[in-house]
Amino acid sequence: MILQTVASPHARAGESVSVVMLKVVATLVPATVYGFWLFGSPAFWLWLITIASALAGEAVCLRWAGRDPVPLLKDGSALLTGWLLALSLPPWAPWWIGVVGGLFATTLGKQVFGGLGNNLFNPAMIARIALLVSFPVQMTYWVVPAGAPGLLDGLLITLGHIPVPDAMSSATLLGHAKTDLARGVDLLHTELPGHAFNWVGARVGSLGETSTWLIAAGGVALLTMRIITWHVPVAMLAAIAVPAAIGHAVDPARYIDWTTHLMSGGAMLGAFFIATDYVTSPSTRAGQVVFGLGCGLLTWVIRTYGGYPEGVAFAVLLMNALTPAIDRLIKPRVYGRTFTGKPASVQKGKSK
Amino acid sequence: MGLRELLNGVRWGVHPHDDHKRPAADVPLRVMPLPARLCVPLLQHVGAPALPVVAVGERVLRGQLIAAAQGNVSAPVHAPSSGVISAIGEVTAPHPSGLPFSAITIELDGKDEAGEPLTPQVDPFSLAPAEVSQRIADAGIVGLGGATFPSAPKAQLGLKLSVHTLIINGGECEPYLSSDDSVMRVRADEVIDGVRILMHATGATKALVGIEDNKPEATAAMRKAAEGFASIEIRPVPARYPMGSDRQLVQVLTGKEVPSGARTASIGVLVNNVSTCAAIHRAVRVGEPLYRRIVTVNGGAVAQPGNVLAPIGVLIEDLLRFVGLKETPARLVMGGPMMGVALPHAQVPTVKGCGGILALTAGEITDTAPSACIRCGSCVKACPMGLLPLELSAHIHAGEYDKAEAKGLDDCLACGCCAYVCPSHVPLVQTFYHAKGEVWKRAQQKKRTEFTKSLAQARKERLEREARERVEAAARRKAERAAQQAAAQQAATSASANTAGGASA
Repeated sequence: MILQTVASPHARAGESVSVVMLKVVATLVPATVYGFWLFGSPAFWLWLITIASALAGEAVCLRWAGRDPVPLLKDGSALLTGWLLALSLPPWAPWWIGVVGGLFATTLGKQVFGGLGNNLFNPAMIARIALLVSFPVQMTYWVVPAGAPGLLDGLLITLGHIPVPDAMSSATLLGHAKTDLARGVDLLHTELPGHAFNWVGARVGSLGETSTWLIAAGGVALLTMRIITWHVPVAMLAAIAVPAAIGHAVDPARYIDWTTHLMSGGAMLGAFFIATDYVTSPSTRAGQVVFGLGCGLLTWVIRTYGGYPEGVAFAVLLMNALTPAIDRLIKPRVYGRTFTGKPASVQKGKSK
Repeated sequence: MGLRELLNGVRWGVHPHDDHKRPAADVPLRVMPLPARLCVPLLQHVGAPALPVVAVGERVLRGQLIAAAQGNVSAPVHAPSSGVISAIGEVTAPHPSGLPFSAITIELDGKDEAGEPLTPQVDPFSLAPAEVSQRIADAGIVGLGGATFPSAPKAQLGLKLSVHTLIINGGECEPYLSSDDSVMRVRADEVIDGVRILMHATGATKALVGIEDNKPEATAAMRKAAEGFASIEIRPVPARYPMGSDRQLVQVLTGKEVPSGARTASIGVLVNNVSTCAAIHRAVRVGEPLYRRIVTVNGGAVAQPGNVLAPIGVLIEDLLRFVGLKETPARLVMGGPMMGVALPHAQVPTVKGCGGILALTAGEITDTAPSACIRCGSCVKACPMGLLPLELSAHIHAGEYDKAEAKGLDDCLACGCCAYVCPSHVPLVQTFYHAKGEVWKRAQQKKRTEFTKSLAQARKERLEREARERVEAAARRKAERAAQQAAAQQAATSASANTAGGASA
């Protein structure tokens, strides 16, 4: 018999890239579906449009690069990017926000760097920041999760044919706090729109933001499936919570408490799904801890002292830029070598 | 770090969910009936190939020397059974290339007539360590864990470097394989005796036997056999690939690391495999050379997987015929699935280092086309040496071999953990094999260039020296001539002066 001959190893662990991506997507499903229920069909249409645009952007770039887009689209990375971007958008944002964001994420955010594995920044987050900076009004137009419209009405809202009544809009919790602080009203005298610990997530925020518990549950599922490790999420959440707790203890009128910090904005989504992105985070355990700490600390700093009420996307992008430096500086010690890479010294026998 | 790693204290390596060791490990050891023909290779060890000492047509007996060791690092080869030498020539090597290598082919007569034992039976502990090593060398014992380093020079090295601890490798971490497991279960007393003999030969005062905790029967049998020998300790170690790698086993058992680029002996330990110890027992106590061993035959295509005591040099097709095949295997592998070599076909003989033959089905070898690296870091977590496989691979693909070397390419064990866990199926370990070859080739090229340069330099110097010498010689001749002329002139003038003087006088 003639056999095909190849090099070892002759066995492989089963997980392929697309299985990993699809598992991540699966852990996002509960929070997403709950978001649809909370914010109604406009959220669903926006989600669909964003993902379709992300896939289209990827396909066009791959076609231009002379590669067959179909097998590469199947790796699920563009789907995940579009999905994560959709979860970070205002649920009633107009259709073109989804189109611009989706296209931006996979073309300028990913394919210009050379496609999967080569991008320096998280594609979903860079698209979100591009949208936020370019279209600040549409990107901060939040609706109160009540009176969800039907499927068709929702589509008309997304397409811009039905104007959204002003009475439905409100600021997010962090946005409200920021505005009041800027007006000189301290946090002890402000009336926050709903509390972050609201279990049903019935408060103002992006599509995947208010159902914090479902996002966190998805993150725990990722941990148990060993798709991510604890290093990034724990470090990031700790680095948000610790300064927040200290600040609140020192001056509760100026600093939001740590539970609100963890439960609002993109903290959970960022810690479990965005900052843990393989491509744009360091590859060593120690590096991931440093990266997570940086993401968390920057998030708190931007939220507390910066011009924007929410800082996860900015923080993650800033740390993405530092990832190559972290990877260069923090390396595991090679067996039999010192930390500087020199071979360890030889002790002669009979030392015991 | 996951919970299991935290509990084990072992953060490297991989843990295949199904190690495929059972049921092959649990069925009783079978003895393979003699085949019609054996092809005994001359190179079954690292070092120089053995030199044939028999001729075609000659009849040989079981245990008879058929090829002698050549050089310091080499091992002799013995006839596994009685028969007539039919050929001394090339057969296919157990290597994916399918290239030929030299072997002695014996047509067996089926009588299995034994020759004289190698040495008289005496108490090995009454012999000098050097004599024990000589007996090990005469029996052609090599490391049976797969590295096949001749055991006698290793023992002598241990003696020279004052080794204090023997590490006995009962790890057998490769999935599917259970030949060491089988040796420890069936021949625990022989293994322990071999360990004691080896301690005597190397001067070590302590022996630690590391056995993976997925072999409880072997551990129990070895514990029982080691009772009463206080210097031999049986130590269960976590079942985690590549626990059977000497560096990893040394680290787990002694807490020490072998410095990069050094041998384990440099920290006072010597690693030997359990099957090697059993072979040393037989060589020194009975005078039996190494001509057979236990081979695990396993894989989805095998009808009756198990451990088989088979003569060395048996063709894989005969071995597979003995255990039966359920289906045509998609791949034949000598060794385990992690580091074993794929065989070009089944007309390949076994060697001393062959602990397993796998006939794998298409479902067991999931070959997928590689996709882009997503920098997930799985390879970094899996690497038992603390290397960054994704970074090494990137350097190699960019042609930056010197950078890859600086980042520890030489430290790579080629254990395959990185390629095993890679979700993108990037052929990492294959890349490192290639790079090591390339680095070696470049080093050779550099050496050659330097040699040529030194030759050219020498020629230049020689030519210059010759030219200088010619000039000097010419100058000297000229000076001599001038001196002669001057002398002649002097003589002439003085003569003329004399005559003139004479005339004047």
